[in-house]
Amino acid sequence: MTPNPYLFIIVFVGVALVFPVIPLGLAWLWRRFFQPSKPGMEKNATYECGVESLGDAQIQFRSQYYLYAIIFLIFDVEAIFLVPFAVAFTGLPVGAFIAILIFLLLLLEGLIWAWGKGCLNWAK
Amino acid sequence: MTEQIDEGLRSELQRQGIWVTSMQDLYNWGRKNSIWPLQFGLACCAIEMIATAASRYDIARFGGEVFRPSPRQADLMIVAGTVTKKMAPQIVRLYNQMPDPKYVIAMGACAISGGPFKQGYNVLKGIDRYIPVDVYIPGCPPRPEALLHAFMELQRKIDEQKLRGSDKAEHLRPDQPSEFPVPAFGAHDLEPTANADVFHPMKIEREG
Repeated sequence: MTPNPYLFIIVFVGVALVFPVIPLGLAWLWRRFFQPSKPGMEKNATYECGVESLGDAQIQFRSQYYLYAIIFLIFDVEAIFLVPFAVAFTGLPVGAFIAILIFLLLLLEGLIWAWGKGCLNWAK
Repeated sequence: MTEQIDEGLRSELQRQGIWVTSMQDLYNWGRKNSIWPLQFGLACCAIEMIATAASRYDIARFGGEVFRPSPRQADLMIVAGTVTKKMAPQIVRLYNQMPDPKYVIAMGACAISGGPFKQGYNVLKGIDRYIPVDVYIPGCPPRPEALLHAFMELQRKIDEQKLRGSDKAEHLRPDQPSEFPVPAFGAHDLEPTANADVFHPMKIEREG
């Protein structure tokens, strides 16, 4: 009789749980019975290569970066299509050439639109 | 520990293939063979430290090859090189941020006393002014063999540390500090110039 194929997964999950829990439990028992806890201001401070940390880690990026990320996508997508286009350029039929030109013009139009809207000026 | 196993009985059992050990021996055996140094170098001694970690000298033979980039995971601080007064607060802060038990090797003349730059206005005259040092290695710079020797000395020291009793290891005693005050930049020197709790210089007594 073959065992249930899912039995292995259950055994695997069991081992995966027990294996890390035993050292963690031993470490906890060790701390409980032998090692006194010695926390401190310096010890618990944020590690920054030994230099005293300045400011807050929870900083926010300005929403203006979002616009730049969107506009970056134009060039990102364009580059992906431009490389195969350039490689196969000499062998392309006229239809394919016009198709890629329309595609590029669409992206260019998007950039010009964003420029006209003032997205390229850094909003204070 | 008070109830030690009889050595004769232990070796008799060992001959039969039974190994008897104490909790303390097991704990120290594990600790001394996996000393993870903190990965930082200060000056030319660091080059020797790098050589020690590389294949020719191979500190991995002693379980110390895992140089950690974070003090949270390190057991050993190898002060390898000249400690400038600009750098001293950072060294003490890194030492403070290491979890117990932690050890310090002062590598080379500079880390011990300032070395050839002792008279310099900007050089700390020994890192033992601020943090307790376990092993000192003389040399300028010490050869990798000297660092390995210091490593073995440290292993010997760890092996002898007690788990219980009045003379147990410092990191197990609640009254022993785990972090030391970080010196601040003063007008002319670091303030304080030395931590009196840590720094016990030898008194020179002259006759006559």
